[in-house]
Amino acid sequence: MFGRNRMLGRLAIHTVLCFGALLMVGPFIWMLLTSVKTFSEAAQVPPVIFPSRVIWENYTEVLRVLPFDKYYFNTAITTISRTLGQVVLCSMAAYAFARIEFPGRNLIFMLCLSVLMVPGQIFIIPQFLIMKDLGWLNSLQALIVPGIFSAFGTFLLRQFFMTLPKDVEEAAKLDGCNHFHTYWRIMLPMVKPALIALIIFTALASWNELLWPLIVNTSPDKMTLAAGIASLKGQYTTDYPTMMAGTLMATLPMIVMFIVLQRYFIEGIALTGSKG
Amino acid sequence: MNAEHASRKSTGISGNSPRPHRGLSTFKRQDYTWAYLMIAPTVIGLLIFYVWPVFQTIFFSFTEWGDFGKYHWSGVDNYKNMIQDREVLMAFRNTFVYTLLVVPVSIALSTIIAVMLNQKIKGQSVYRTLYFLPVVTMPAAIGMVWKWLYNTEYGLINYLLSLLSINKIAFVTDANIALYSIIVVAIWSSLGTNIVILLSGLQGISSSYYEAAEMDGAGPLVRFFYITLPLLTPTLFFVTIMGLIAAFQVFDLLFIIVQNASPSVLESTQSVVYLFYKYAFVTNNKGYAAAIAVTMFVVILIITSVQMKLQKKWVHY
Repeated sequence: MFGRNRMLGRLAIHTVLCFGALLMVGPFIWMLLTSVKTFSEAAQVPPVIFPSRVIWENYTEVLRVLPFDKYYFNTAITTISRTLGQVVLCSMAAYAFARIEFPGRNLIFMLCLSVLMVPGQIFIIPQFLIMKDLGWLNSLQALIVPGIFSAFGTFLLRQFFMTLPKDVEEAAKLDGCNHFHTYWRIMLPMVKPALIALIIFTALASWNELLWPLIVNTSPDKMTLAAGIASLKGQYTTDYPTMMAGTLMATLPMIVMFIVLQRYFIEGIALTGSKG
Repeated sequence: MNAEHASRKSTGISGNSPRPHRGLSTFKRQDYTWAYLMIAPTVIGLLIFYVWPVFQTIFFSFTEWGDFGKYHWSGVDNYKNMIQDREVLMAFRNTFVYTLLVVPVSIALSTIIAVMLNQKIKGQSVYRTLYFLPVVTMPAAIGMVWKWLYNTEYGLINYLLSLLSINKIAFVTDANIALYSIIVVAIWSSLGTNIVILLSGLQGISSSYYEAAEMDGAGPLVRFFYITLPLLTPTLFFVTIMGLIAAFQVFDLLFIIVQNASPSVLESTQSVVYLFYKYAFVTNNKGYAAAIAVTMFVVILIITSVQMKLQKKWVHY
């Protein structure tokens, strides 16, 4: 009796979850299906769900009309540089904030934290003007440099450094390690989960960011994937098969990365939920 | 030395700061040097790109911009104009409607799904992966796909509706509907993050509460409302705050979906950040854009502090 009720309950839950999952995945499947249809087939009324013949021409077409190779290159370089930069700079600062006492520490840390309260748009005009004054508009530096400094990353890693036991660095000190050594050799490996979370957040944010790349880099050969997709104009905005091929290609690297590193993505998000 | 170390144990923000004393040991001075060297890149970078710009933007909000990036002081003109500017008021209205629908609905749905997933259900990780997929997808791409799904003539959604003999709906081209169509997409794409955070909150609830409740004969609904929900409030509070802040800054999705839209659709959908972008970088009225950004900042501060005050009423720590 009791067991049967439970079985029915499970069945109900699975039904709801399956339906939800279908809604979540549906758009991706539709993106894939549309990208392998001919234009006339995609624009058929009523729509056909499955293409009568799978064609790949839309992918070559999007590569022909958009400098996708450059978009990939720019996006990848930006993502890698920003991620590496943040990991090194934030962890270094976070270690100092968490483990060394120095005059002005709390004040400086609060100053960094206050940045977290401010919505991104507040920074954008001055940041843009700095890029302009440096002559960095339409360059990779413009995409990378402001993004290697992060109050969020510093805060996240500091929270983790603070939980580490004191005796580790004391032992290191006795062994004659200076602070940089202690940080780099001993403490950094100990905050690996937080580092991975930061890497994932930064990579995801850099890869997907739209507003900043859209503003600083307007020449097509310096655009990122997101900005490239957003700047599609004219006839291509209605050529849905080609566009779906483009968006699929732009998102695929992150989706693959997510599926491969899934555990870390989930842990990373959950981590900030509990630490923030 | 040992006592000194022991007293340093508390490293919180409000922890004891070192007392400046004469004749610092070289040991300590070395500590300071290392500390300053290690924080220098981040602190300098944050000062240049994030802290100083806040003051600059506030200053710009009192200026008027002309050609070639020249600007002059104009007092509170920008703010005065904003209050009478229908476009700005509409943008704030749209953003409020968007935020007030996206955040609660997304959190409610996420909570239900997270609770279901937490029932040690088979295939939990598969479901979680599928629900999380939109989170890793770039908003620009999400906007594109949904625009296609929403297409009045050839879109899949209208086709499915036609099977239920519902007439075609102009999801993104009807000014009365477009905002709500965008809201649906925003909810869809924000579920994953909330589910994952809520699920980890749920997993932190000790099973002994449930066992005790079950012994007392409490049914699933009673358990949900009297155990799960109260104990989940800290997590719910966190996702609410993060959700509010993110929703208020909506741009990417909207930008893609309303691209090439008619003026009436644009007016009824454009968000505050969209308007900011338009003034700052399209019509080059950076002073006005700065005033919009500052106003938005103030509104976000108010919303956040109201939430912080309200948390005493509903969050159980």
